[in-house]
Amino acid sequence: MAAAELLERAGYRVEVPEGQTCCGQPAWNSGDEEQARELARQAIHQLREFDHVVVPSGSCAATMICHYPTLLAGDREWQDAAYDLARRTRELTAFLAEASVEPTETPARFPGKVTYHDSCSGLRQLTIHDQPRQLLQRVEGLTLQEMEDTEVCCGFGGTFCIKYPEISEHMVSDKVERIQESGARAVLGGDLGCLMNIAGRMQRLGVPVKAYHVAEVLAGHADGPGIGEKG
Amino acid sequence: MPTDRALGRRGKAMQISPQEFKPQARAALKDATLQQALGRAKVGFTEKRRKGVEHFDDFEALRERGRRIRDHALNHMDEYLERLESMVQAAGGQVHWARDDAEARDIILGLCQQRQARRVTKSKSMITEEIALNPALERAGMDVVETDLGEYIIQLAKEPPSHIIGPAIHKTRQQISELFDTYHHQGALKAKLREIPELVTEAREVLRDKFLSADVGITGANFLVAETGSIVLVTNEGNADLTHTLPGMHISVAGIDKVVPTLEDATTLLRLLGRSATGQEMSCYTTFVTGPRRTDDPDGPEEFHLVLLDNGRSRMLSGPYRDMLRCIRCAACMNHCPVYGAIGGHAYGWVYPGPMGSVLTPLFVGLENARDLPHACTLNGRCATVCPVKIPLPDLLRQLRSDQFRQDIVDRRTRLGLRVWGYLARQPRLYSLATRVGSRLLRILGGRRGRLSRLPLAGGWTSGRDFPAPQGARFRDQWKKRQQQRRQA
Repeated sequence: MAAAELLERAGYRVEVPEGQTCCGQPAWNSGDEEQARELARQAIHQLREFDHVVVPSGSCAATMICHYPTLLAGDREWQDAAYDLARRTRELTAFLAEASVEPTETPARFPGKVTYHDSCSGLRQLTIHDQPRQLLQRVEGLTLQEMEDTEVCCGFGGTFCIKYPEISEHMVSDKVERIQESGARAVLGGDLGCLMNIAGRMQRLGVPVKAYHVAEVLAGHADGPGIGEKG
Repeated sequence: MPTDRALGRRGKAMQISPQEFKPQARAALKDATLQQALGRAKVGFTEKRRKGVEHFDDFEALRERGRRIRDHALNHMDEYLERLESMVQAAGGQVHWARDDAEARDIILGLCQQRQARRVTKSKSMITEEIALNPALERAGMDVVETDLGEYIIQLAKEPPSHIIGPAIHKTRQQISELFDTYHHQGALKAKLREIPELVTEAREVLRDKFLSADVGITGANFLVAETGSIVLVTNEGNADLTHTLPGMHISVAGIDKVVPTLEDATTLLRLLGRSATGQEMSCYTTFVTGPRRTDDPDGPEEFHLVLLDNGRSRMLSGPYRDMLRCIRCAACMNHCPVYGAIGGHAYGWVYPGPMGSVLTPLFVGLENARDLPHACTLNGRCATVCPVKIPLPDLLRQLRSDQFRQDIVDRRTRLGLRVWGYLARQPRLYSLATRVGSRLLRILGGRRGRLSRLPLAGGWTSGRDFPAPQGARFRDQWKKRQQQRRQA
């Protein structure tokens, strides 16, 4: 909801097509190319009419931008459509930073220190690094305290965290330590998988740091419970 | 494909194999000494590379040059290998072609026996691990001595290397002190913790005698230069030079993928190698070896033999994994891999660990013998950003997953889960219903805490993490309601 509001405030008319489901990333990363292709075609079809497709998750955006064209390469009927969708698709913070619309309403407030976790797909496939930081500068009262190893994976990795839970836990524990060392009261990110992973570990350990999607803070919605807290 | 002898089961003290990735990884995570060693190594390597790259003007341009050189060499591998062979012969050396590990072992063993070798010195070489050379020579009654300090340590410990450039990276100073006490002092020092320079000096003294009494010296090769017939050897200890100059016979073993066209190309790759591996502009010793001792040379071996190994490489060359053959074995990928950092190299179960190993091992030993390796990766992509020759490691791992899926090398639970989920995702109405039911259920299960500490079918998640219960209505429902209210207003 926060993402949709940010887009509306930037002057766009937002629609959420009823028929969309999943971008197919789990199938693609599990080696099930056929299923991934079918879901890619479905998504391309659902999103064919929109000028911009804005995705509040780096890994889903990367699947559509970087991998649909690979998946459908050689498919005469769909290849061009895949490139066309890739051209129109942006990750949320990248889109907002590019749109660079001056905030018309009173800016969001979030007093205190936060730290930012760079989710791998967004960072390495879509080079999203500066955009969320740039947008966060507009939030009143907020100071960004970078943690060590901000670009190191949190251990989520889609099905990885279920298949290799012990390794994943080790990685997310490292991440939580780095977050605590930063002294931030909240950790922000742009990918829900990572945020659920980090929040889930912090709550299991009783670490009193909140986790929010960056859009929640930008939209001024981060006054309530963080991810994994009672809503 | 390597024969059974080369597949796992190396060393007496450790029985490891790629099939046992999961239990090996679990054991590694619980090994406090290993975790201590890994923690230090991780920071050291990444920091050194970062500084090394920073001090270079345009490292990205250099990476691109490296990629092109390797691609060109692979595209014309047959021509360059023939050129290499004739240049080695012109310099007075001999070239031997080995189709697989067994042939390579036989050739090398034959050469050593021809020389009536009793003692063989070796400088660090991953390819001799790939062909399981040491046990073969030892069975034939030879005394095989590893001369790289790290390799020497793990040879004493009867373990395989856990890292391709730091083979004993998993060992702490305490463990090394104990090993040296056992083997050099027969336990007289009572396992006392000793300082690094003291340990190094002691190893040098022990090894010096071995160097001087060796009959054959075996090295790998970092690169093979076609235009001159030279092999390039890179070390920080100078042990490769003592290995190949002192004995009467020098045998170099190399994969056919190591060939590059010119000296100029080799120097470009050397600039990438040092910086990517240890952050060094150049390693302490870089040697170009061309043939055996010439008549006016003051020293050097009487015989020089180059064993060129295929072992599945030409098959890789003609398939979708060709990019992997660009690898120059710098270890940057494993140094930057958070999974390797958590479990170390032994868990991977074969010669090559980390991201490059997770691609190479299934290709060498068969997809069905290394089921876990392509999946034991979060696809975070950090390895690909540091690879000096731009190998798209995550894409290759994903490709291996596809191959496994097609060949039905997938566990039944995963396949079933994918099928159910995929079916729902292709039926938007059903998908919506499923998410509605699922989200209600999770909210009920989440109760007052708003999160779950146990979740059916997702024990992997909840063993160490809570799972967030949905907060309030689904986005879709909230969105629909909001749009309706807007229309009414």
